[in-house]
Amino acid sequence: MNFTKTRSDLTVMLIFSIAVLTMPIWLAPIGAGYPDLLQKFAIFGIFAIGYNILFGLTGYLSFGHAAFLGIGSYTAVWSFKLLTMNVLPAIFFAVLMAGLFAALIGFVSLRRSGIYFSILTLAFAQMSYNLAYSVLTPITNGETGLQLTLQDARIFDGPAGEGLPSTELFGISMSGYSGFYFCAVVLIIAFFLSLKIFRSPFGMKLQAIKSNQTRMKYTGFNTRPYLMTAFIISGMYAGLAGGLMAVTDPLAGAERMQWTASGEVVLMTILGGVGTLFGPLLGVGIIKYFENIFSAVNEAALHNFFSFLPGFLENLMVTIITPFVGEGWHLTLGVLFMVIVIFLPGGIMEGLDRIKKRYKTEGASEQTGDKE
Amino acid sequence: MSNLVLNIKGVNKTFGGLQALNDVNLEIEEGKVHAIIGPNGAGKSTLLNCCIGRLIPDTGSVTFDGENIIGKQAHEINQMGMVRVFQTPEIFPDLSLLENVMIPAFAKRDGQYSFNIFKAASSEQDIIDEATRMLADLDITGDRIYEHAGSMSRGDKRRLELVMCLIQHPRLLLLDEPTAGMARHDTNRTIELMKKIKESGMTKIIIEHDMHVVFSVADTISVLAQGAIIASGTPDEIRGNPIVQEAYLGGAHL
Repeated sequence: MNFTKTRSDLTVMLIFSIAVLTMPIWLAPIGAGYPDLLQKFAIFGIFAIGYNILFGLTGYLSFGHAAFLGIGSYTAVWSFKLLTMNVLPAIFFAVLMAGLFAALIGFVSLRRSGIYFSILTLAFAQMSYNLAYSVLTPITNGETGLQLTLQDARIFDGPAGEGLPSTELFGISMSGYSGFYFCAVVLIIAFFLSLKIFRSPFGMKLQAIKSNQTRMKYTGFNTRPYLMTAFIISGMYAGLAGGLMAVTDPLAGAERMQWTASGEVVLMTILGGVGTLFGPLLGVGIIKYFENIFSAVNEAALHNFFSFLPGFLENLMVTIITPFVGEGWHLTLGVLFMVIVIFLPGGIMEGLDRIKKRYKTEGASEQTGDKE
Repeated sequence: MSNLVLNIKGVNKTFGGLQALNDVNLEIEEGKVHAIIGPNGAGKSTLLNCCIGRLIPDTGSVTFDGENIIGKQAHEINQMGMVRVFQTPEIFPDLSLLENVMIPAFAKRDGQYSFNIFKAASSEQDIIDEATRMLADLDITGDRIYEHAGSMSRGDKRRLELVMCLIQHPRLLLLDEPTAGMARHDTNRTIELMKKIKESGMTKIIIEHDMHVVFSVADTISVLAQGAIIASGTPDEIRGNPIVQEAYLGGAHL
């Protein structure tokens, strides 16, 4: 990193905050300016930022971060059931509980590195998923998922009146845009912390562990606690994201912990750019946005779209494209992912860098051209 | 008698049926450059690995500044002040040259673990200044300090590693064949750098094949053959020692 060329924390945070808070405005023209999707951007953004602190900085590829997401959600819903509908305690306990589990899982998994670490985390996540799905039904409500009921204690709020209460922050209901703005503020705070870590000596040491762990040990660093810290922090980010999911929609199901959910965050991070500050957020935005669009397209819509073509061509195009949309959206995602990994291993951020460099060299050669 | 920095006593190490080290005794005095020479497979690297916590000797003791270091982990031994330069350069290829030198400086200042996230690395001016100064000794200045370490030549990587060790101001520096595989002019640059360290009075153990290097930097030389020390003395004594000439130098006169 070139210290003299990095923008100050304040500038970055200012630009970032404005960009996040005005999302409803600048995303409206592409049809993404509604609270449900914006909340998803913010929540998965937090998940990916946290995941990037582990995977991007230390290079340890965890395949089990969805477990922490699920734990965060369950904890938050329990807080809504037992304590109060206020979101702050729910978030607090979600982060705390995810941190505890991360410490436990990290302690065991970090005894190994590379592929063995990945397999261990995957095993833990699948274990958590199966526990939540069946064995721990009294806590997780198994297949149905954990939901609010009229019989819940809610010791600070008192018994529910007519109908189920909704989540709130000191009287402000967490639905629609207020829900989005709450998630957005949390995202900004989460990003600020990640920025601090990236630019601190601590973050530099994590990158050094990724680059050459042997050298780190012989340089006098005890690398295990560094890895533990990174693992726990990223676990807490996942718990925070899980808690926020429960805030926007107070129910928690075991499928949130499934390995596909862990895989999704890996995908988002790699697609955007591993180890870069903004990459994971770009990855989240792209995947969630196109998921939204592609999964809504069905055969009828395709016929409509290609109706300008002659009949047989129209049918041919529809037959080719149908498997890639709707339920088959993951096929598109798979193809996109392959293209990125093969041609742009550094993700979209690398692509942007290349464009910037090309633009710069072209500008430079034009200047010399002028002189001649 | 001057102060002993490292004291190796009766160290044995076997791998399967092979006796890699056979009752090795070695005393390293403060401020001296001690060279260990010997043919391939003599046990030089094994001996070094026993000192830095990579291998544990079967019997014998290794004390550093009066403290037993057998069983201690690599990072603990480093924090005590014994630092090693490896035979194949161990650097951080994905980080910039400046960061490569800053990291060991952090280890020296903050110890084996510190969670310091609220001060940016770019505002650690003292450490940046010191690292920049050390890089200038390698003729790396200006924007070059922001280049990736992985893109350097092999000789530059090895000198970078040496500088990474020096910024920790070690009490004892272990050098494992610092010029192996280098071209002559590259070797001379490294010798220049090592002579500079010698002037600073740092205690060093150096393992080397290149006799030109050994005789130009060492105060004391020990000869290792088949896991045992067969001779120790000043460069002149070693040059004239018939046993050494027979065992190692193949009878040729130096």
